[in-house]
Amino acid sequence: MNRLILERWRQKHRTVAYPAQPPALPDRLRGAPELNPDKCRADCTQCVAACPTGAITRVNGVLQLDMGRCLFCGDCQAACPTGAIRLTHDHRMAVRRREDLVVTGRERPLAVALDAKIKSLFGRSLKLRQVSAGGCNACEADTNVLTTVVFDLSRFGIRFVASPRHADGLLITGPATENMALALQKTYDALAEPRLVIAVGACAISGGPFAGHAEVRNGATALLPVDLFIPGCPPHPITILDGLLRLLGRLEDI
Amino acid sequence: MSLLTRHLAPIANDRIPLLPMKVFRQEILENIAAGQRLSVLAGTPATAGNVRLVAALADDRSGGLRLLAALAGESYPALTPDCPQAAGFEREIAEQWAVIPEGHPWLKPLRFHRAYRPGRDAWGRGDAPLAPSVMEFFRVAGEGIHEVAVGPVHAGIIEPGHFRFQCDGEEVLHLEISLGYQHRGIERALLDGPHPLTIHHMETLAGDTTIGHAVAYCQAVEALAGCVVPARARALRAIALELERLANHTGDLGALAGDVGFLPTASYCGRLRGDYLNMTALLCGSRFGRGLVRPGGVMFDVDQARLDTLLTRLATTFRDTAGAVNLLWDSASVMARFENTGAVAKPLAEELGLVGPAARASGCARDVRRDFPTGAYQGMTITPALGEDGDVLARAQVRWQEIQQSVALVRTLATTLPPGPCHEPCGALQPEATVVSLQEGWRGEIAHMATTDSAGHFARYKVVDPSFHNWLGLAMALRNQQISDFPLCNKSFNLSYCGHDL
Repeated sequence: MNRLILERWRQKHRTVAYPAQPPALPDRLRGAPELNPDKCRADCTQCVAACPTGAITRVNGVLQLDMGRCLFCGDCQAACPTGAIRLTHDHRMAVRRREDLVVTGRERPLAVALDAKIKSLFGRSLKLRQVSAGGCNACEADTNVLTTVVFDLSRFGIRFVASPRHADGLLITGPATENMALALQKTYDALAEPRLVIAVGACAISGGPFAGHAEVRNGATALLPVDLFIPGCPPHPITILDGLLRLLGRLEDI
Repeated sequence: MSLLTRHLAPIANDRIPLLPMKVFRQEILENIAAGQRLSVLAGTPATAGNVRLVAALADDRSGGLRLLAALAGESYPALTPDCPQAAGFEREIAEQWAVIPEGHPWLKPLRFHRAYRPGRDAWGRGDAPLAPSVMEFFRVAGEGIHEVAVGPVHAGIIEPGHFRFQCDGEEVLHLEISLGYQHRGIERALLDGPHPLTIHHMETLAGDTTIGHAVAYCQAVEALAGCVVPARARALRAIALELERLANHTGDLGALAGDVGFLPTASYCGRLRGDYLNMTALLCGSRFGRGLVRPGGVMFDVDQARLDTLLTRLATTFRDTAGAVNLLWDSASVMARFENTGAVAKPLAEELGLVGPAARASGCARDVRRDFPTGAYQGMTITPALGEDGDVLARAQVRWQEIQQSVALVRTLATTLPPGPCHEPCGALQPEATVVSLQEGWRGEIAHMATTDSAGHFARYKVVDPSFHNWLGLAMALRNQQISDFPLCNKSFNLSYCGHDL
């Protein structure tokens, strides 16, 4: 018993100060992409060619990067001869609408809070059921880590629950494999309305590196109405937490 | 006769002995009986729509690798009745190639997808969509016998799989595990590669083993390209492999504590696992090591300041890990739940061809880092962490021993990091050749087998995640256990669903 108490004292209090303080992120983190159209040469397509998932396109001469397909590998940044494309250190990437994941040279929108009525239901208590539908266990692991003492998700009133019957929303990872499509649909159907759907990671948003495979449905987006998109491969836990808190309207001034 | 070679030695495809099926089977059975292991047994495309079976047998004692092949025809006499470690491989061969291993005692689909040869099916299924786990399960009948079905959607944040228990009261008589829910068609997508997406498929085929599979893949293509990886890159890869082991083993010990309701270790290790992941992120920006390992070396170098930060963090995190983990062995309530739970005896572990900590916990001294060393592991002394009883306690203790070894390895590697570049260009692949690449991932032996065509593209790329060997070990561990011990046994193996399903 003494050892238990001693060890408890030695292990200290470890919950991060975020969101009251800025998060501590790795200095090499590859966060939100930033495009600088002024530096981009109209005749150059090197970043388009370098992108393994086709996330970068040129539409009417304007460069676009779809964060929903981006693996954040940084190959575009390495290929760009003029520094027009860059992965910043910004962890904030979650959005409410699929099209808002498309980065151009303009200001990037962030997820807005649920409307007042839904927020009054879920704002102080949001119970989520997680379903991995072909996820590689990286998005799952960095979602699960939110429940540890480091992030202490329950201090925000958010919890992961065992049954969809107890849940207000579904947090989906993975490209929605053919073999999980039915289980995913049944889990969604078991949620009481109103219900939320959160897609975490490139796979759940677009199919990620598996997009176009006959074995997958190219993400949750194709199957269910998604209320929150959190891009990344995988997103950093703070990026996921940022998305959840924005959805609940708890980060409006950060 | 089979060809005795080594892993990472490219072999011209026509030099792999193509044996009559009878000799092929006999060679495999004799070498397995002599203590070798089936690292790979896979179908590969042959001329005129034929399927060529290729086997790679690993000899842990000599570090040798035996390659042999045979044409499968439409069916062949199964190896599994005489060689249980072939069970999963032969189900896979039937599913992928619609070749029937005759006499396989349990010939069922593994992943529920259509065969690679269009219009053919080992089970004669029609065109209707395939539904996972819709099949006959092994049934026990009798008074008081009941069946429990769990999954694919489980209670926690965990990947999907289906578990079917046959129980007499609380006692599990038999557990059948049906997977395939995570199947993303990775091996099919690797054909004709390397593609721009290939390295990303390697990094995501089992995300918690990003480094392990990326290194196994890079070793394979570097061998085929004749690319010599700089010493600095080899050391940085080994550091990343050990950090991956540290994160997962620490997380597993915490999860084992959680499953017996011992919350102090569960919460400390939950935090500490993240601290090890953050060390990988210190190297390359990604907690899982995405973007670090590429053919030719690594994409991120470290300066002395970064190495010093790594070593400082490692020291404090390890001290806290020791404090957290040692509480387990001091707590009678934990030990009572760990001891004699889910035991796999050594002969069974040998028979099933288990790998990694699960094998070592049963007393099988096998570790790819020692037996088939590559990169920076060459010249390092690795002593496999061994248990005896093969129970949950042994699997936990092996992890703790390996955590201590990994910390020592990272320290050695980081303090003796060779100077020089960390990346060399990696050119085109040798055509018409096959290479087997082995690497000790944190779950055990990762085996990749790449076969190129006349243009130097992948005619076949076979991935064997350690979980592929070990899922049957979990099923056997549950025999005659309380069903309430399933979560604990499951966590003590902590196998990959997506690594199996590919």
